[in-house]
Parts: sequence; C-alpha cells; structure tokens
Amino acid sequence: MTFPQDFWHGFRAGLPFLLVIIPFGIVFGVVATEAGLNISQTMGFSIFVIAGAAQFVAIQLMVENAPILIVLATSLAVNLRMAMYSASLAPHLGPVPWWKRAVVAYFMVDQAYAASILKYDDSPQMTPRQKFAYYMGVVTPVCPMWYVATYGGAVLGDVIPPTLPIDFAVPITFLALIVPMLRSLAHVVAALVSIIGVLVFSFVPFNLGLLLAALLAMVAGAEVERQITKRVAP
Amino acid sequence: MTLGTVDIWLIILGLGVGSYLLRLSFLGIVGSRDLPEWLLRHLRYTAVAVMPGMITPMILFPAATGGQFDLVRMGAAFATIAISLWTRNATLTIFGGAATLFALHFLLAA
Repeated sequence: MTFPQDFWHGFRAGLPFLLVIIPFGIVFGVVATEAGLNISQTMGFSIFVIAGAAQFVAIQLMVENAPILIVLATSLAVNLRMAMYSASLAPHLGPVPWWKRAVVAYFMVDQAYAASILKYDDSPQMTPRQKFAYYMGVVTPVCPMWYVATYGGAVLGDVIPPTLPIDFAVPITFLALIVPMLRSLAHVVAALVSIIGVLVFSFVPFNLGLLLAALLAMVAGAEVERQITKRVAP
Repeated sequence: MTLGTVDIWLIILGLGVGSYLLRLSFLGIVGSRDLPEWLLRHLRYTAVAVMPGMITPMILFPAATGGQFDLVRMGAAFATIAISLWTRNATLTIFGGAATLFALHFLLAA
C-alpha cells in the first residue's frame, strides 16, 4: 500500500513550515485578542478561515471600523490567490473523489500548495491517489499547529510587552514568501505595480486601493509574460 | 472596535465560507478540465500582485508608530529581503528577519 509512504514524505516536507506557522499563529492570536476579540472568535478565525494573511487584513479593517461588506470583500480579495492554487492543483488532484477534493480545499494554505506543486512537478509518475496522500502529509503538521499557535497567542497575549515590534512578524513572513516568487521579469513587474499602485491609491478608503493595485499588477504581469513569450517565439 | 458579537461572527463565517469557495472553485467545479490560457496567465500573478501591496504600508507607515517612518522596521525589512536572496530559505529568512528586528529594537531603544 502506497498511502503511508507518500503521506510520510509529505509530512517530512511539511515539518519545516512549523517554524513559520507557529510564530505567525501566535502573532495572530495576540493581534486578534488585542483588537478586542474573545478566545472563541479568535479560534473561529483560525479554524473557519485558516488563512493568515486574510485574517490579519480582516482584523485590521475591523479595528478601523470598516463596514462589514468592505471587511469581507477586502479580505476575500487577499484570498483570491487560493483560486489560483485551486486552478493549479486541479490537473493533479481533479481525478480524486469529490469528497477528497473538498478536504484538499479546506486545508489549502500557501505552504501546502507550494510544497505539493513542487513535488508534483518533480514526480510526474505519481498517481492522483499518491498526490492526495502527499498533500495530506504536508498539511498534517502545519494546519493543527496553526490552531494551537493561535490559541497560545490568544492566551499568552497579555504577557507580551506592548513595546516589542511584534506587529512586524507579518511583513517579515510575507517578505520570506514573496522574494522567492520573484523568479521572472513578469513577476518583478507585477510586484512593483502592486507596490506603486497601493501607494498611488492610498487615498481610496478601506483597502480598496489594494484591490485596484492588485488587479493592475495581475494585468501587468500577464502582459509582460505575453510580450516576452511573443518575442521568444518565432 | 465598535463591532458587536453578531457582526464579528458574520465576518468570521462569511470569510470562512467565501475563502472555502475560492479554494474549492477550480478544484471542485473544473476538476481535470483545462482552463483558458489567458485566465491562467493572469492567475499566475495573483500572489505577487496582492502580497507586496499588502505589506508596503506596513513597512513604510507602521500602525504601531502612528504611521511614522520607523528605522527599526525599515532596517528589518531590508535585512529580510537580503537574507532571502542570500539563503533562498524561508525558515532562515524569517528567523534572520526577526533577529534583526529585535536587535535593532534593543540597540536603538537603548
């Protein structure tokens, strides 16, 4: 039976992410409780939403007293990348039974996607069933620790000195994820348009400027890629 | 925050359901069918289009300092980028960035 072997390979690939997930989860627990959420609401975010970046954006907008629809729209915009992950995983995991794809969807976090797609591209001989086992292996250490770390942060929040610049763990984690993504000119252009766009549109309320900047950046990245491909092709 | 309990749970559940549907989208509906190339081309840049814009204000105008430029955070951001380019390792990058952040914090506060 191949299930345990692929599962454990995935598990081993997922383990290093704990060094990211644990501090990130603790910070979310601290930030959410400091914003005024109780423990069950904080845990509700990490269990139902299970997406660090979107959770932080939601908390930030809630603190700014943004309207509920704006909180939802902006946070979901941050999670639009999940649709990209979903599209990217579909050729690999599309053939597995529907309920398994439903489970994959729930656990779809940046680390699970990144580790799995790397493995699938390296090992094209894997069956969909083995790919599913690998994916579940990756998320097994990562996702439960996201809940545990959130709880730890929510409970320990008060003992962390407020002067410590712990808010900055978020940009640090994101920089660590973004920099390796800048692997082509098109990716760099998209990132630059995103940065400039968000500054230009900073007058737009409730982070909607981020939405505009992101849409422009996606178009810019896609267009650069199209131009480069056109030039390379005879 | 002025939001009530019901509003907070509306946000949590709305965001949970919405995020789940985004995750399920192509995997659940499209299955193993092919997607149009123009759509995939745009989707490829979603992460680099959203995440840099998200953290830019956090680096330049941190809420914790009331939006004032902060040498500690800016220094940590540059160190994080440098460590990432140098090591190509997310774990080392996060620990290196955090170490720089706290080192600068205590050096400049002293």
